[in-house]
Parts: sequence; C-alpha cells; structure tokens
Amino acid sequence: LPRAVLLKDMKLMDVKLGQLPSWVAMRDFTPGGIAGAFRRGYDRYYNKYINVKKGGLGGISMVLAGYVVLSYIWSYSHIKHDRRRKYH
Amino acid sequence: MLSRLVLRAAPAALRALPPPPLPVGVLHATRQLHTTQQSLAPLPPLPEKGGEVRHGLIPEEFFQFLYPKTGVTGPYMLGTGLVLYLLSKEIYVINHETVAAACILSVIIYGVKRFGADVAAFADKLNEEKMAKALEVKNEAISSLQAAIDEEKKEQWRVEGRTYLFDAKRNNVAMLLEANYRERLMMVYNEVKKRLDYQVAMQTLKRQKEQDHMIQWVEKNVVQSITPQQQKESIAKCIMDLKALSKGAHAAL
Repeated sequence: LPRAVLLKDMKLMDVKLGQLPSWVAMRDFTPGGIAGAFRRGYDRYYNKYINVKKGGLGGISMVLAGYVVLSYIWSYSHIKHDRRRKYH
Repeated sequence: MLSRLVLRAAPAALRALPPPPLPVGVLHATRQLHTTQQSLAPLPPLPEKGGEVRHGLIPEEFFQFLYPKTGVTGPYMLGTGLVLYLLSKEIYVINHETVAAACILSVIIYGVKRFGADVAAFADKLNEEKMAKALEVKNEAISSLQAAIDEEKKEQWRVEGRTYLFDAKRNNVAMLLEANYRERLMMVYNEVKKRLDYQVAMQTLKRQKEQDHMIQWVEKNVVQSITPQQQKESIAKCIMDLKALSKGAHAAL
C-alpha cells in the first residue's frame, strides 16, 4: 500500500486537479522558500541536461529558446504595431 | 512518463516524511545518525547521456507524455496547430525580425549539422585526457603506497632476524673476553714462574758459593797444616809403601 503523503509534501504531478488551489496555498512563499524553489529548479535542469558526460545541444538550446520566447513576450506590446491586420 | 516521475519522487517523498517520534527522555541515546542512504563518497559517476531532447528544443518526456492518448503524431499535430493559431491571430507577428531569425537559424542549423560530430569528438577527447590524467595520478599514488606497504612489511620481517644478529654479536664478545682472560692468565703464570725461577737460582747460587768457599777454605787450611816435617815423613812412608808393593808384585810374578 502506498504510504499516505501529506498534501504539502506531494509533488505537483501527483496533486489532483481539485486539490490544486489548496496545494498552491500550502507552498512555502517565504524569500528563503522561493530561493530554494529556484535553486531546486536550476539543480534539476542542470543535473539532467548539462552535468553529464556527453552533453548535447539540447541543454543550452532549450535555455536559449526559452530566452527568445520570454523576450518576445516582453516586447510584444512594441511588436503589436507591426501587425498586418488590425482585427483577427 | 508519469510513472517514472513518481518513481523518481518516491525516495524524496519518503525522506521528507517526519521521523518517527521518539519517546521522551530517551533523546540522545537513541538518536539515529547517518540514516539516509546518500553519502558523498564515493561520488556516483556522472550519467552518460543527458535527458533526451528532440529537434534540440523539446524534451522527450513531452512526446512520451502525449503518446498514450495521441500516438506518435500527436505532438506534431499539436505543434502545427499551435503555430497556425499563433500566425493567424498574429500573436506571432511576421516582420523584419522574422527574416533575420530565419537566416540566423538556418546558419546555426547548418553549422550544427556539419560540425556537430567533430566538436563533440574533440570535447570528448579533452574530457578523456583529463580523466586519464586524474586516473594516472590516483593509480600512481596507489602503487607508491602499495610499494611503501611492501617495504614496511619487509622491514618488519627483517626485524625478526635481529635476534640472530645479536646472538652472533654476543658470541663474538664472549670470545673476545675469553681470549683476553686467557692471555692475562698466561701472563700471570709467566711472571710468577719468572719470579720463582729467580728465587730458585738465587738459592742454588748461594749454596754453590758457600760450598766452593768452604772447600777452598778447608783445602787452604789443610795445606797450611802440613808442616815440612810431616811432609818429609809422609814422603818416606810413601816410598817404603811403594817398595813393599813392588816387592809384593815381584813375588806375585
């Protein structure tokens, strides 16, 4: 039998859709917690794609693609004016 | 691959559980140390290959995530639909930057396709050299330490033979002492004999001298005591005795 895991310790993929708001509310939003979350995310990505013996192109190209997308989003209000049609 | 994610999450979730409550009062005696399986040494080796990425942009997990429901073409249909939606709603605007992006991307893709394998081989060679150097240092250290251990064992073996060495030395010293003792004994004997011989020689000499002196003295006195009268008488007596003897000899013939 799987052991009963507390809601706040469950991983995101195991949380049911109805429990999502309560799960998000129970997360650690202190500055230390947020920094810890960033650190964990970075560590996961780093150890999966970059810290290997034979790394590939995907490791950095995904980061660059994310950067491209993010910068497009940030400058969308400026790019809006280049649209060909006003109404879609 | 939800199951894989769950499997990867299981130890972390188990570790995050609170430890079983200890009975009050037994706090420090039963505290468990080193209960996690993780330990820093020896480090686990790096994984060979990173996570799979398809077309250099999309992780493989996404394709596996959609495979049960939509099959192989699912993600591609999703991608096409998304692109068309972005273009038609002009969420992605085609302007001069699009042309620039297309040129840059084509150059990058051409470069990667042509030189990718060579660069990868070169980087692998660099890594291999580093590893080989580190391994060599480690092996050399191990072998030198092993040699030191063997030397130490040999020295320990040599120590066992020390008893024989000391026995031989002890024998030598005993022999020297014995020889010295006997030499001195001989010397003492010789000296004592010399002194005793001297005493004996002195005594014989003295006795001899006394004898000689006494003989001489007696002779001298005897000669002195013979007066001329006695001398004549003794000579006449001798002549008479001789005559008698000669007569006796004549008679015997």
